Amino acid sequence: MTKPTIATCSLAGCFGCHMSLLDIDERIVDLVQLVQFDRSPLTDIKHCSEQGVDIGLIEGALCNAENIHTLREFRRRCRILVAVGTCAISGGVPALRNRIPVEECLNEAYLQGQGIDQPQIPNDVELPLLMDKVYPVHEVVHIDYSLPGCPPPADAFWSLLTALLEGREPSLDYPLRRFD
Amino acid sequence: MQESEFSFELDGTDLPFEPGQSIMEAATQAGVYIPHLCHHPDLRRNGSCKLCTVKVNGRFGSACALPAQAGCTVESNTSELQEMRRQIVQMLFVEGNHYCPFCEKSGNCQLQVVAYHVGMVDMHFPPFNTARQLDASHREMLLDRDRCIQCARCVRASQDLDKKNIFGLAGRGMNIRLVVNSDSGLLGDTDFSSADHAAQVCPTGALIRKDQAYPCPIGSRLYDTPISQHTIRQDARHD
Repeated sequence: MTKPTIATCSLAGCFGCHMSLLDIDERIVDLVQLVQFDRSPLTDIKHCSEQGVDIGLIEGALCNAENIHTLREFRRRCRILVAVGTCAISGGVPALRNRIPVEECLNEAYLQGQGIDQPQIPNDVELPLLMDKVYPVHEVVHIDYSLPGCPPPADAFWSLLTALLEGREPSLDYPLRRFD
Repeated sequence: MQESEFSFELDGTDLPFEPGQSIMEAATQAGVYIPHLCHHPDLRRNGSCKLCTVKVNGRFGSACALPAQAGCTVESNTSELQEMRRQIVQMLFVEGNHYCPFCEKSGNCQLQVVAYHVGMVDMHFPPFNTARQLDASHREMLLDRDRCIQCARCVRASQDLDKKNIFGLAGRGMNIRLVVNSDSGLLGDTDFSSADHAAQVCPTGALIRKDQAYPCPIGSRLYDTPISQHTIRQDARHD
């Protein structure tokens, strides 16, 4: 029997959620017995398999055009998509810039900030364009489950993944339901 | 079920009450938690946040505003009501900027613990990305309106307990905002003090002390454990 597949992906985030997933410690050995990892920074596979994956975990918010493209592609390939962490769920720390017009942000970072040599706003075709604001993932695609926290506790990952793999509806106990 | 002269049924359990008590007061006295935000035991009733909505004899009503009545049947901890409460909290979260990871109030925040209690795990609605006026003019206290839920606790505390009348709510509906009663509209130009009752009652991180930052470590904060009789009493004492 083929194992269920899991993919993970990070948008505008800090990889803290991925670190917390790894923080399930030796249970990672149990997990790889149960599932096959597909696209993930952990496997260095850049795109999900053509046939799709069973569970996708998405970390981070949407701050540029590439994030949106990546999220849409990821959604198409994941049967169950889980928004992981505060950035994916509400925008998190990247969304702090939402109070400030994007032009002012760029001016401060690249033109007027202290200690800048040769001030210029980066403008290269390789660079994805910034969105006007930072958006949570549920504004762009359908999300099946959410795992809150900054980052979500390792036990919350374990609780959610084992529930999904056993075909149960995930439910987080109080200590695992954290927003910080 | 035995019905004494002054008792009502809350989620199938008989609760005694003293005449004049609200359903909320009777429940709190019995150690039963009904989610709430604008209600505070030391302040006059407000009934605006609707989180404490219960069903009394099959009809919706605010537990903080409705007097307990002998023999009535009250439902609170039902999936229907928890779902409605969850939606209210989600709306409060997207209307303001409630970013728990870096908020000083996190762990001691009633908005956050109510969200935990009603099982909220996402925002559901699109965020408003609000950008309201931040007031850092006061020496001891910071007023971050982006975290304000317009519960009027500080308004009532300042008027009734401190006798200072420093805060008010202006505007209607979506445009309602917390305003400060000084010529400049700034908190620094009032006689507000961090020792005032109004400085202690904010259920979110909207009105916080400047000099405390993150006062206690994760794990020992008030709401690191689930709402219980213990935390309800602590709530009543200093929130």
